[in-house]
Amino acid sequence: MMGSDNKPMKLIYYPGCTLKNHARNFDDSTVSSMAKLDVEVEEPARWNCCGTVHALGSDNVMNRVAPITNLIRVKEANASEVMTSCAMCYNTLKRANNDVKKRADALATINEFIYLEETKYQGDVNVLHLLEYLRDRIGFEKLAERVTKPLKGLRVACYYGCLLVRPKDVAFDDVENPMIMENLIRALGAEPVSFPLKTECCGAYHAVGKPEIIADRTNKIMGSVQEQKADLVVVSCPMCAYNLDFRQDDARQLNSDLQHLPVLYFTQLMALAFGCGDEALRFDLHHIDPLPALAARGLD
Amino acid sequence: MNTTIRLSSSIGSSFVAKVEKISGQKLLACYQCGKCSAGCPMAAHMDILPNQIIRMAQLGMQKQLLASRSIWVCVSCLTCNSRCPKSIRIAEVIESLRETALRSGQRNDHLNIGEISPEARGALPPIAMISAMRKLTS
Repeated sequence: MMGSDNKPMKLIYYPGCTLKNHARNFDDSTVSSMAKLDVEVEEPARWNCCGTVHALGSDNVMNRVAPITNLIRVKEANASEVMTSCAMCYNTLKRANNDVKKRADALATINEFIYLEETKYQGDVNVLHLLEYLRDRIGFEKLAERVTKPLKGLRVACYYGCLLVRPKDVAFDDVENPMIMENLIRALGAEPVSFPLKTECCGAYHAVGKPEIIADRTNKIMGSVQEQKADLVVVSCPMCAYNLDFRQDDARQLNSDLQHLPVLYFTQLMALAFGCGDEALRFDLHHIDPLPALAARGLD
Repeated sequence: MNTTIRLSSSIGSSFVAKVEKISGQKLLACYQCGKCSAGCPMAAHMDILPNQIIRMAQLGMQKQLLASRSIWVCVSCLTCNSRCPKSIRIAEVIESLRETALRSGQRNDHLNIGEISPEARGALPPIAMISAMRKLTS
Protein backbone atom coordinates (compact mmCIF):
# COMPACT_ATOMS: atom_id res chain seq x y z
CA MET A 1 0.00 0.00 0.00
CA MET A 2 1.54 3.30 -1.05
CA GLY A 3 1.22 6.67 0.61
CA SER A 4 0.30 9.72 -1.46
CA ASP A 5 3.96 10.49 -2.24
CA ASN A 6 4.52 6.91 -3.42
CA LYS A 7 6.56 5.96 -0.34
CA PRO A 8 5.54 3.01 1.85
CA MET A 9 2.88 3.88 4.40
CA LYS A 10 4.23 4.46 7.88
CA LEU A 11 2.28 3.12 10.81
CA ILE A 12 2.98 3.48 14.51
CA TYR A 13 3.17 -0.02 15.93
CA TYR A 14 3.00 -0.87 19.63
CA PRO A 15 4.48 -4.38 20.11
CA GLY A 16 4.14 -4.75 23.89
CA CYS A 17 6.50 -6.55 26.27
CA THR A 18 5.73 -10.19 25.50
CA LEU A 19 6.38 -9.69 21.77
CA LYS A 20 9.91 -8.66 22.67
CA ASN A 21 10.77 -11.92 24.41
CA HIS A 22 8.51 -15.01 24.65
CA ALA A 23 6.50 -14.05 21.56
CA ARG A 24 9.27 -12.80 19.26
CA ASN A 25 7.67 -14.99 16.61
CA PHE A 26 4.58 -12.73 16.79
CA ASP A 27 6.66 -9.54 16.53
CA ASP A 28 8.94 -10.74 13.71
CA SER A 29 6.07 -12.16 11.65
CA THR A 30 4.04 -8.96 12.14
CA VAL A 31 6.86 -6.70 10.95
CA SER A 32 7.87 -8.98 8.04
CA SER A 33 4.37 -9.48 6.71
CA MET A 34 3.58 -5.78 6.98
CA ALA A 35 6.70 -5.05 4.91
CA LYS A 36 5.33 -7.39 2.23
CA LEU A 37 2.19 -5.24 2.26
CA ASP A 38 4.35 -2.11 1.83
CA VAL A 39 3.52 -0.87 5.29
CA GLU A 40 6.49 0.28 7.29
CA VAL A 41 5.86 -0.04 11.00
CA GLU A 42 7.62 2.13 13.53
CA GLU A 43 7.63 1.71 17.30
CA PRO A 44 6.98 4.83 19.35
CA ALA A 45 9.97 5.93 21.43
CA ARG A 46 10.02 4.94 25.13
CA TRP A 47 6.89 2.80 25.10
CA ASN A 48 6.08 0.97 28.35
CA CYS A 49 4.01 -2.01 29.45
CA CYS A 50 0.31 -1.55 28.59
CA GLY A 51 -0.74 -2.75 32.06
CA THR A 52 -2.07 -6.04 30.62
CA VAL A 53 -5.50 -5.98 32.31
CA HIS A 54 -8.08 -3.26 32.39
CA ALA A 55 -9.06 -2.53 35.99
CA LEU A 56 -12.83 -2.92 36.23
CA GLY A 57 -13.25 -0.83 39.36
CA SER A 58 -14.72 2.58 38.50
CA ASP A 59 -12.41 4.28 41.00
CA ASN A 60 -9.21 2.56 39.87
CA VAL A 61 -7.79 5.31 37.70
CA MET A 62 -4.20 4.41 38.61
CA ASN A 63 -4.20 1.37 36.33
CA ARG A 64 -5.04 3.60 33.34
CA VAL A 65 -1.74 5.47 33.66
CA ALA A 66 0.35 2.86 31.81
CA PRO A 67 -1.88 2.65 28.71
CA ILE A 68 -2.43 6.41 28.56
CA THR A 69 1.31 7.09 28.76
CA ASN A 70 1.72 4.89 25.68
CA LEU A 71 -0.90 6.92 23.83
CA ILE A 72 1.08 10.07 24.71
CA ARG A 73 4.14 8.43 23.09
CA VAL A 74 2.07 7.92 19.95
CA LYS A 75 1.20 11.62 19.90
CA GLU A 76 4.86 12.47 20.39
CA ALA A 77 5.62 10.45 17.26
CA ASN A 78 3.33 12.89 15.43
CA ALA A 79 0.72 10.23 14.85
CA SER A 80 -2.94 10.00 15.72
CA GLU A 81 -3.21 6.25 15.34
CA VAL A 82 -1.51 3.20 16.82
CA MET A 83 -1.68 -0.40 15.68
CA THR A 84 -0.98 -3.40 17.89
CA SER A 85 -1.17 -7.10 17.08
CA CYS A 86 -1.27 -8.39 20.68
CA ALA A 87 -4.88 -8.89 21.77
CA MET A 88 -4.06 -8.14 25.39
CA CYS A 89 -2.33 -4.83 24.59
CA TYR A 90 -5.11 -3.94 22.17
CA ASN A 91 -7.80 -4.51 24.78
CA THR A 92 -6.01 -2.59 27.52
CA LEU A 93 -5.07 0.40 25.33
CA LYS A 94 -8.49 0.56 23.72
CA ARG A 95 -10.44 0.30 26.97
CA ALA A 96 -8.36 2.92 28.77
CA ASN A 97 -8.81 5.17 25.74
CA ASN A 98 -12.58 4.62 25.62
CA ASP A 99 -12.79 5.21 29.36
CA VAL A 100 -10.98 8.57 29.40
CA LYS A 101 -12.93 9.74 26.34
CA LYS A 102 -16.12 9.21 28.33
CA ARG A 103 -14.86 10.46 31.69
CA ALA A 104 -13.27 13.88 31.70
CA ASP A 105 -12.61 13.64 35.46
CA ALA A 106 -10.59 10.43 35.07
CA LEU A 107 -8.58 11.98 32.22
CA ALA A 108 -7.89 15.12 34.29
CA THR A 109 -6.72 12.96 37.24
CA ILE A 110 -4.34 11.00 34.99
CA ASN A 111 -2.89 14.10 33.30
CA GLU A 112 -2.39 15.66 36.70
CA PHE A 113 -0.67 12.56 38.05
CA ILE A 114 1.78 12.43 35.12
CA TYR A 115 2.32 16.19 35.18
CA LEU A 116 5.98 15.83 34.15
CA GLU A 117 4.85 14.69 30.70
CA GLU A 118 5.16 17.55 28.24
CA THR A 119 2.33 16.22 26.11
CA LYS A 120 -1.15 16.12 27.60
CA TYR A 121 -3.50 13.35 26.59
CA GLN A 122 -6.88 14.44 25.28
CA GLY A 123 -8.38 11.19 24.04
CA ASP A 124 -7.02 12.02 20.60
CA VAL A 125 -5.34 8.77 19.54
CA ASN A 126 -7.12 5.98 17.70
CA VAL A 127 -6.25 2.42 18.78
CA LEU A 128 -6.40 -0.25 16.07
CA HIS A 129 -5.82 -3.97 16.09
CA LEU A 130 -3.80 -5.39 13.21
CA LEU A 131 -6.70 -7.58 12.04
CA GLU A 132 -8.89 -4.50 11.84
CA TYR A 133 -6.16 -2.64 9.94
CA LEU A 134 -5.79 -5.48 7.43
CA ARG A 135 -9.54 -5.72 6.82
CA ASP A 136 -10.39 -2.00 6.70
CA ARG A 137 -7.27 -0.27 5.41
CA ILE A 138 -5.68 -2.89 3.15
CA GLY A 139 -8.61 -5.18 2.39
CA PHE A 140 -8.45 -8.97 2.29
CA GLU A 141 -8.75 -9.01 -1.53
CA LYS A 142 -5.69 -6.77 -1.89
CA LEU A 143 -3.92 -8.86 0.72
CA ALA A 144 -4.67 -12.04 -1.25
CA GLU A 145 -2.81 -10.56 -4.24
CA ARG A 146 0.41 -10.60 -2.21
CA VAL A 147 0.20 -14.33 -1.47
CA THR A 148 3.06 -16.18 -3.17
CA LYS A 149 2.58 -19.51 -1.39
CA PRO A 150 -1.14 -20.21 -0.94
CA LEU A 151 -1.81 -22.32 2.15
CA LYS A 152 -3.82 -24.80 0.13
CA GLY A 153 -5.54 -27.57 2.03
CA LEU A 154 -4.46 -26.29 5.44
CA ARG A 155 -7.31 -26.61 7.95
CA VAL A 156 -7.12 -23.74 10.41
CA ALA A 157 -9.13 -23.19 13.61
CA CYS A 158 -9.31 -19.48 14.46
CA TYR A 159 -9.34 -18.94 18.20
CA TYR A 160 -10.30 -15.43 19.37
CA GLY A 161 -10.47 -15.89 23.12
CA CYS A 162 -11.84 -12.93 25.10
CA LEU A 163 -9.88 -9.82 24.34
CA LEU A 164 -10.74 -9.19 20.69
CA VAL A 165 -14.49 -9.47 21.25
CA ARG A 166 -15.29 -8.38 24.79
CA PRO A 167 -16.50 -5.95 25.92
CA LYS A 168 -18.67 -4.96 22.97
CA ASP A 169 -17.20 -1.47 22.66
CA VAL A 170 -13.73 -2.82 21.83
CA ALA A 171 -14.97 -5.54 19.46
CA PHE A 172 -14.42 -4.95 15.74
CA ASP A 173 -16.50 -7.95 14.76
CA ASP A 174 -19.49 -9.95 16.01
CA VAL A 175 -19.14 -10.62 19.75
CA GLU A 176 -20.41 -14.22 19.70
CA ASN A 177 -19.39 -15.32 16.20
CA PRO A 178 -16.51 -13.23 14.87
CA MET A 179 -15.33 -14.15 11.35
CA ILE A 180 -12.52 -11.68 10.65
CA MET A 181 -9.72 -14.21 11.21
CA GLU A 182 -11.51 -16.84 9.11
CA ASN A 183 -11.79 -14.30 6.28
CA LEU A 184 -8.08 -13.53 6.54
CA ILE A 185 -7.20 -17.23 6.56
CA ARG A 186 -9.31 -17.75 3.44
CA ALA A 187 -7.47 -14.88 1.71
CA LEU A 188 -4.23 -16.75 2.44
CA GLY A 189 -5.60 -19.80 0.63
CA ALA A 190 -6.24 -21.91 3.74
CA GLU A 191 -9.48 -23.47 4.86
CA PRO A 192 -11.00 -22.18 8.12
CA VAL A 193 -12.83 -24.77 10.22
CA SER A 194 -15.54 -23.76 12.64
CA PHE A 195 -15.58 -24.96 16.23
CA PRO A 196 -17.87 -23.84 19.03
CA LEU A 197 -15.33 -22.65 21.60
CA LYS A 198 -13.59 -19.94 19.59
CA THR A 199 -14.50 -17.14 22.00
CA GLU A 200 -14.21 -19.17 25.23
CA CYS A 201 -11.64 -18.03 27.77
CA CYS A 202 -8.35 -19.99 27.98
CA GLY A 203 -7.93 -19.25 31.70
CA ALA A 204 -5.49 -16.37 31.10
CA TYR A 205 -3.27 -15.48 34.09
CA HIS A 206 -4.26 -18.56 36.08
CA ALA A 207 -1.23 -19.97 34.24
CA VAL A 208 0.72 -18.44 37.14
CA GLY A 209 -1.03 -19.79 40.23
CA LYS A 210 -3.77 -22.25 39.17
CA PRO A 211 -2.31 -24.42 36.39
CA GLU A 212 -5.05 -27.04 36.92
CA ILE A 213 -7.58 -24.54 35.54
CA ILE A 214 -5.47 -23.98 32.41
CA ALA A 215 -5.19 -27.74 31.88
CA ASP A 216 -8.98 -28.02 32.01
CA ARG A 217 -9.55 -25.08 29.63
CA THR A 218 -6.87 -26.21 27.18
CA ASN A 219 -8.31 -29.72 27.15
CA LYS A 220 -11.79 -28.41 26.34
CA ILE A 221 -10.70 -25.88 23.70
CA MET A 222 -8.13 -28.07 21.94
CA GLY A 223 -10.45 -31.07 22.19
CA SER A 224 -13.11 -29.07 20.36
CA VAL A 225 -10.56 -28.06 17.69
CA GLN A 226 -9.46 -31.66 17.29
CA GLU A 227 -13.05 -32.83 16.72
CA GLN A 228 -13.19 -30.58 13.66
CA LYS A 229 -10.00 -32.14 12.31
CA ALA A 230 -8.06 -28.89 12.20
CA ASP A 231 -4.33 -29.00 11.41
CA LEU A 232 -3.53 -26.10 13.68
CA VAL A 233 -4.93 -23.20 15.69
CA VAL A 234 -4.26 -19.51 15.09
CA VAL A 235 -4.45 -16.86 17.81
CA SER A 236 -3.77 -13.18 18.32
CA CYS A 237 -2.87 -13.31 22.01
CA PRO A 238 0.45 -14.44 23.54
CA MET A 239 -1.41 -15.43 26.73
CA CYS A 240 -3.74 -17.77 24.80
CA ALA A 241 -0.77 -19.04 22.75
CA TYR A 242 1.11 -19.91 25.90
CA ASN A 243 -1.81 -21.69 27.55
CA LEU A 244 -2.95 -23.63 24.48
CA ASP A 245 0.56 -24.55 23.31
CA PHE A 246 2.81 -24.86 26.36
CA ARG A 247 0.11 -26.32 28.63
CA GLN A 248 -1.02 -29.01 26.21
CA ASP A 249 1.02 -31.61 28.08
CA ASP A 250 -0.92 -30.82 31.27
CA ALA A 251 -4.17 -31.11 29.30
CA ARG A 252 -3.08 -34.52 27.99
CA GLN A 253 -2.85 -35.68 31.61
CA LEU A 254 -6.62 -35.16 31.70
CA ASN A 255 -7.30 -36.56 28.25
CA SER A 256 -4.88 -39.00 26.66
CA ASP A 257 -6.72 -38.76 23.32
CA LEU A 258 -5.62 -35.16 22.86
CA GLN A 259 -3.25 -34.94 19.88
CA HIS A 260 -0.28 -32.58 19.51
CA LEU A 261 -1.83 -29.58 17.80
CA PRO A 262 0.38 -26.59 16.99
CA VAL A 263 -0.68 -23.07 17.92
CA LEU A 264 0.45 -20.20 15.67
CA TYR A 265 -0.07 -16.46 15.47
CA PHE A 266 -2.15 -15.39 12.50
CA THR A 267 0.79 -13.24 11.43
CA GLN A 268 2.96 -16.35 11.08
CA LEU A 269 0.53 -17.79 8.54
CA MET A 270 0.62 -14.45 6.70
CA ALA A 271 4.42 -14.47 6.70
CA LEU A 272 4.40 -18.06 5.44
CA ALA A 273 1.92 -17.27 2.65
CA PHE A 274 3.84 -14.10 1.68
CA GLY A 275 7.06 -16.10 1.34
CA CYS A 276 8.91 -14.54 4.29
CA GLY A 277 11.92 -16.56 5.49
CA ASP A 278 12.25 -18.81 8.52
CA GLU A 279 13.66 -15.92 10.56
CA ALA A 280 10.23 -14.28 10.39
CA LEU A 281 8.47 -17.45 11.56
CA ARG A 282 10.64 -18.44 14.52
CA PHE A 283 9.09 -21.89 14.91
CA ASP A 284 11.87 -22.63 17.43
CA LEU A 285 9.86 -20.65 20.02
CA HIS A 286 6.92 -23.06 19.92
CA HIS A 287 6.31 -25.94 22.29
CA ILE A 288 4.46 -28.04 19.71
CA ASP A 289 6.50 -27.81 16.50
CA PRO A 290 4.29 -26.51 13.65
CA LEU A 291 6.46 -28.07 10.91
CA PRO A 292 4.99 -31.61 10.84
CA ALA A 293 1.45 -30.22 10.47
CA LEU A 294 2.58 -27.88 7.68
CA ALA A 295 4.66 -30.62 6.01
CA ALA A 296 1.61 -32.90 5.93
CA ARG A 297 0.01 -30.30 3.64
CA GLY A 298 3.18 -29.75 1.63
CA LEU A 299 3.75 -26.32 3.17
CA ASP A 300 7.07 -26.71 4.96
CA MET B 1 -29.39 -28.99 48.06
CA ASN B 2 -31.19 -26.71 50.45
CA THR B 3 -29.79 -23.26 50.99
CA THR B 4 -30.98 -21.15 53.83
CA ILE B 5 -30.54 -17.47 53.30
CA ARG B 6 -30.95 -15.44 56.45
CA LEU B 7 -32.01 -11.91 55.75
CA SER B 8 -30.19 -9.60 58.04
CA SER B 9 -29.84 -5.92 58.73
CA SER B 10 -26.90 -5.93 56.33
CA ILE B 11 -29.19 -5.11 53.41
CA GLY B 12 -28.47 -1.53 52.49
CA SER B 13 -25.29 -1.70 54.52
CA SER B 14 -22.11 0.18 53.74
CA PHE B 15 -20.79 -3.04 52.16
CA VAL B 16 -23.60 -3.09 49.58
CA ALA B 17 -23.09 0.62 48.92
CA LYS B 18 -19.35 0.08 48.47
CA VAL B 19 -19.84 -2.80 46.02
CA GLU B 20 -22.29 -0.71 44.01
CA LYS B 21 -19.95 2.27 44.00
CA ILE B 22 -16.77 0.44 42.96
CA SER B 23 -18.56 -1.71 40.38
CA GLY B 24 -20.85 1.05 39.14
CA GLN B 25 -23.69 -1.52 39.05
CA LYS B 26 -27.20 -1.59 40.50
CA LEU B 27 -27.36 -4.98 42.19
CA LEU B 28 -31.15 -5.06 42.45
CA ALA B 29 -31.48 -5.02 38.67
CA CYS B 30 -30.66 -8.76 38.70
CA TYR B 31 -33.69 -11.08 38.42
CA GLN B 32 -31.70 -14.30 38.79
CA CYS B 33 -32.13 -15.78 35.31
CA GLY B 34 -28.79 -17.59 35.68
CA LYS B 35 -27.46 -16.76 32.20
CA CYS B 36 -24.14 -15.60 33.68
CA SER B 37 -23.53 -18.91 35.43
CA ALA B 38 -24.70 -20.96 32.45
CA GLY B 39 -21.99 -19.51 30.19
CA CYS B 40 -19.22 -19.02 32.73
CA PRO B 41 -16.10 -20.94 31.61
CA MET B 42 -14.81 -20.93 35.19
CA ALA B 43 -18.03 -22.19 36.83
CA ALA B 44 -16.64 -25.71 37.29
CA HIS B 45 -13.89 -24.29 39.49
CA MET B 46 -16.12 -22.04 41.61
CA ASP B 47 -17.73 -22.63 45.01
CA ILE B 48 -20.42 -19.97 44.47
CA LEU B 49 -21.78 -19.37 40.95
CA PRO B 50 -21.86 -15.86 39.43
CA ASN B 51 -25.66 -15.45 39.81
CA GLN B 52 -25.32 -16.52 43.45
CA ILE B 53 -22.58 -13.93 43.94
CA ILE B 54 -24.97 -11.22 42.75
CA ARG B 55 -27.76 -12.51 45.01
CA MET B 56 -25.47 -12.66 48.02
CA ALA B 57 -24.16 -9.18 47.24
CA GLN B 58 -27.75 -7.89 47.17
CA LEU B 59 -28.19 -9.41 50.60
CA GLY B 60 -24.96 -7.92 51.94
CA MET B 61 -23.35 -11.29 52.72
CA GLN B 62 -19.88 -9.77 52.98
CA LYS B 63 -18.18 -12.46 55.03
CA GLN B 64 -19.23 -15.35 52.78
CA LEU B 65 -18.41 -13.48 49.59
CA LEU B 66 -14.97 -12.33 50.64
CA ALA B 67 -14.12 -15.84 51.86
CA SER B 68 -15.27 -17.49 48.63
CA ARG B 69 -12.93 -19.13 46.13
CA SER B 70 -14.99 -17.83 43.23
CA ILE B 71 -13.97 -14.19 43.40
CA TRP B 72 -10.33 -15.24 42.81
CA VAL B 73 -11.22 -17.78 40.12
CA CYS B 74 -13.06 -15.26 37.90
CA VAL B 75 -10.56 -13.98 35.28
CA SER B 76 -12.77 -11.19 33.90
CA CYS B 77 -13.37 -12.89 30.54
CA LEU B 78 -16.61 -10.84 30.43
CA THR B 79 -18.77 -13.58 28.89
CA CYS B 80 -21.35 -12.95 31.65
CA ASN B 81 -21.34 -9.21 30.99
CA SER B 82 -21.88 -9.60 27.27
CA ARG B 83 -24.82 -12.00 27.73
CA CYS B 84 -26.67 -10.52 30.73
CA PRO B 85 -30.21 -9.60 29.60
CA LYS B 86 -30.28 -6.83 32.22
CA SER B 87 -26.90 -5.43 31.11
CA ILE B 88 -25.44 -5.94 34.56
CA ARG B 89 -21.67 -6.12 34.56
CA ILE B 90 -21.21 -9.15 36.77
CA ALA B 91 -17.42 -9.12 36.27
CA GLU B 92 -17.31 -5.58 37.64
CA VAL B 93 -19.21 -6.71 40.75
CA ILE B 94 -16.74 -9.56 41.25
CA GLU B 95 -13.81 -7.15 40.76
CA SER B 96 -15.31 -4.88 43.41
CA LEU B 97 -15.32 -7.86 45.81
CA ARG B 98 -11.66 -8.58 45.06
CA GLU B 99 -10.87 -4.89 45.52
CA THR B 100 -12.75 -4.86 48.84
CA ALA B 101 -10.65 -7.80 50.05
CA LEU B 102 -7.39 -6.33 48.72
CA ARG B 103 -8.08 -2.88 50.18
CA SER B 104 -8.86 -4.23 53.65
CA GLY B 105 -5.62 -2.82 55.05
CA GLN B 106 -4.12 -6.25 55.69
CA ARG B 107 -2.13 -8.15 53.09
CA ASN B 108 -4.73 -10.40 51.57
CA ASP B 109 -2.86 -11.48 48.45
CA HIS B 110 -4.07 -14.53 46.58
CA LEU B 111 -0.83 -15.18 44.76
CA ASN B 112 2.54 -15.83 46.33
CA ILE B 113 5.21 -15.27 43.70
CA GLY B 114 7.85 -16.60 46.11
CA GLU B 115 6.26 -20.05 45.91
CA ILE B 116 6.86 -20.25 42.16
CA SER B 117 10.29 -21.50 41.13
CA PRO B 118 12.55 -19.12 39.17
CA GLU B 119 12.44 -21.58 36.22
CA ALA B 120 8.64 -21.58 36.19
CA ARG B 121 8.58 -17.79 36.45
CA GLY B 122 11.02 -17.47 33.57
CA ALA B 123 8.90 -19.73 31.39
CA LEU B 124 5.78 -17.62 31.88
CA PRO B 125 5.17 -14.72 29.49
CA PRO B 126 5.37 -11.25 31.14
CA ILE B 127 1.67 -10.58 30.49
CA ALA B 128 0.79 -13.60 32.66
CA MET B 129 2.88 -12.41 35.60
CA ILE B 130 1.74 -8.81 35.43
CA SER B 131 -1.95 -9.56 35.06
CA ALA B 132 -1.89 -12.14 37.88
CA MET B 133 -0.21 -9.64 40.18
CA ARG B 134 -2.58 -6.84 39.20
CA LYS B 135 -5.65 -9.00 39.84
CA LEU B 136 -4.58 -11.02 42.86
CA THR B 137 -2.32 -8.84 44.97
CA SER B 138 -2.60 -5.46 46.67
